[in-house]
Amino acid sequence: MIRESVILNSTTRFMITLLIMFSFYLLLRGHNLPGGGFVGGLVGGASFALYGISFGVQAARNAVFLSPPQMIGWGLIAALLSGVPALLYNKPFLTGWWYHELSVPIIEKFNTPLLFDIGVYLIVAGVTLNIIFALSEAELLEN
Amino acid sequence: MEIVFAVVIAVLFGAGLFLMMRRSLVKLVLGIAILSQGANLLIFLGAGLTRENPPFIGADDSALHAGAADALPQALILTAIVIAFGVLAFTLVLVRQAYITLNSDDLDDLKHTDS
Amino acid sequence: MQCRIGVVGMALLLLACIAILNGVARDGIQSVQLGGWSAPFGITFVADLFSAIMLSVSAFIGLCVAVFSLATMDRARVRKGYYLFIHFMLMGVCGAFLTGDIFNLFVWFEVMLIASFVLMALGGERDQMEGAVKYLTLNLLASVFFLSAIGILYGNFGTLNMADLALKAEAGANPELMRLTSVLFFVAFGVKAGLFPLFFWLPASYHTPPVAVSAIFAGLLTKVGMYSLIRVFTLIFDAGESFTNHLLVWVAGFTMVVGVLGAVAQFNIRRLLSFHIISQIGYAVMGLAIFTQWALAGAIYFLVHNIFAKTNLFLISGATYDLRGTDYLKDMGGLYKKAPFLSLLFVISAFGLAGIPPLSGFFGKFLLIKAGLDAGYYIITAIALGVGILTLYSMTKIFAEAFWKDAPGKPLEGDLQWSDTPAKRRALYLPIIAMACGVVLMGVLAQPAISLCLAAGAQLMEPALYIEAVLSQEYLENFLSD
Repeated sequence: MIRESVILNSTTRFMITLLIMFSFYLLLRGHNLPGGGFVGGLVGGASFALYGISFGVQAARNAVFLSPPQMIGWGLIAALLSGVPALLYNKPFLTGWWYHELSVPIIEKFNTPLLFDIGVYLIVAGVTLNIIFALSEAELLEN
Repeated sequence: MEIVFAVVIAVLFGAGLFLMMRRSLVKLVLGIAILSQGANLLIFLGAGLTRENPPFIGADDSALHAGAADALPQALILTAIVIAFGVLAFTLVLVRQAYITLNSDDLDDLKHTDS
Repeated sequence: MQCRIGVVGMALLLLACIAILNGVARDGIQSVQLGGWSAPFGITFVADLFSAIMLSVSAFIGLCVAVFSLATMDRARVRKGYYLFIHFMLMGVCGAFLTGDIFNLFVWFEVMLIASFVLMALGGERDQMEGAVKYLTLNLLASVFFLSAIGILYGNFGTLNMADLALKAEAGANPELMRLTSVLFFVAFGVKAGLFPLFFWLPASYHTPPVAVSAIFAGLLTKVGMYSLIRVFTLIFDAGESFTNHLLVWVAGFTMVVGVLGAVAQFNIRRLLSFHIISQIGYAVMGLAIFTQWALAGAIYFLVHNIFAKTNLFLISGATYDLRGTDYLKDMGGLYKKAPFLSLLFVISAFGLAGIPPLSGFFGKFLLIKAGLDAGYYIITAIALGVGILTLYSMTKIFAEAFWKDAPGKPLEGDLQWSDTPAKRRALYLPIIAMACGVVLMGVLAQPAISLCLAAGAQLMEPALYIEAVLSQEYLENFLSD
């Protein structure tokens, strides 16, 4: 049962893009400033949870292009891959690797810790969404 | 200040264990949640309380100044909170499912596998 | 698809673990500092012989259970991610064996526990739900104790790296506080290992999930608790100190006796085996309590032997369920006529567990009893011998009830639950045969196995080796000059 609320629905439509952008911003600035994959993932997960509250769980599932378990899986793979370059340079697994030649805005330099953070982002968002979706679908079944 | 923390931890542990020993499944979950908060606070206190001395390295310094607060316990607590959050979410789903399957909230009805 | 990837993944894990064991046996204790941050500040992984042995055995069990699950696991559970969670659990187990940091040990424990909670509840049958609630509650309580102990330890020493902790504990610490912390650790690991006053969750829950899950739980989870107990009490705390020593000896005796007495009274085959897990863990604690090189070697040998024998007995209980469709001994019977080969496999594992000479259990008990007599622990040694007889009694009870006596009433034919195709029958029996071979080989090749365990025991008795393998020379010199 979805309780239609005009105020919530129209606010959500505006907020969702902002929230997702903010979650990416948190993810990317995590190196030198407060933020990072964990917080970003929570904000990202929460934004889709908000979408689910206002438009129903099924709509939220359709809106995320990966299913939550897939997000967790890809996140784990990304985090694992971030450790591999260090092995090629004969350093211990997970040693950070930075590409200094090229400077890009926002993230400044390509590096493996960022890849790790993206993995964390996906895992956290996936876990949060998985729990929230599962619980709210159980609710739906009961009503 | 330490003594206040110690009392709070004792109360949290006591309340958590008390709730866990009640017969209701819901109180069991609440007890687990409160107990893990008690443990987190214990880590925080165990590492020592430092006031008004954040662990920042100034622009002109090269190392942390003496007596700065220890940042590690907070990282530990954050990790513990995340784990507790995951476990608690699972516990909620499990208890809910157990309630639906067993049709009872009373732990005394959970004696079927004991004998 | 998932099944195949699952089995291949386990096989790769086994190869990796054997490579680690090989490397450690050749070059001594290995360590790696993840991310290149040097110990004690970074994340450390250490493999000494003890952990490498446990790793290889766990991976082997994982492979066997994954193959066994091909035949016995129903589609609904596989679709819900059964293989995924088995792998997650193995990840937690391997992490716990390898980590060199006490807080990471907590994290790996939780990884293992969460996966095992899911496996326990997956399927959602009534008994499973009851078992899962009990299992979850007591294990979470243990985790809270573990976390509190870590908090106190950190407050005391300001470090969490186990090698660094060992170094600083040796240099001197408040003995009262150490004793308190050691008891907290003891309770935390004791719950997970199923020691005497703390084991109640184990027989109430281990027989509820599917056989393959019971088998891997029985084989691995309590052993991780035992591994941590041995690791912590050899490295950071001193198991030879009188208070701890008394505690360990008493608990070992009670665990052995209470476990086996509980088993004697049971008539559900998997509940009976669950009680045996407790009893067998008592032997390993006895090895830790005696605390000599031979005793620790005995404990390690015993743990490995027990993983093989106990997991195999659980798998065999799956095979008997396959044939008779029940777990209750009273309703079974006639299996010796119907499946003589399975009876042979059962006899090998059961007599191995009870400690009949050419099989693995005998040498485990021999090491422990020799160590006990050498160190003058006569009472606990006598208890260990007596418990061996009761173990034999309850194993013959299973044999007499399930295999030897005539089948009651109902005809036997057409009762196959799982192994209705030849491929499934292979998947069902191959792991059982492999593990029975393990039990026999550990007995026949006792000489190399025992010398490996003795080397592992020697490493455990010498924490300095562990410390030097983890901490840099520079750090050690700085510490000593302070």
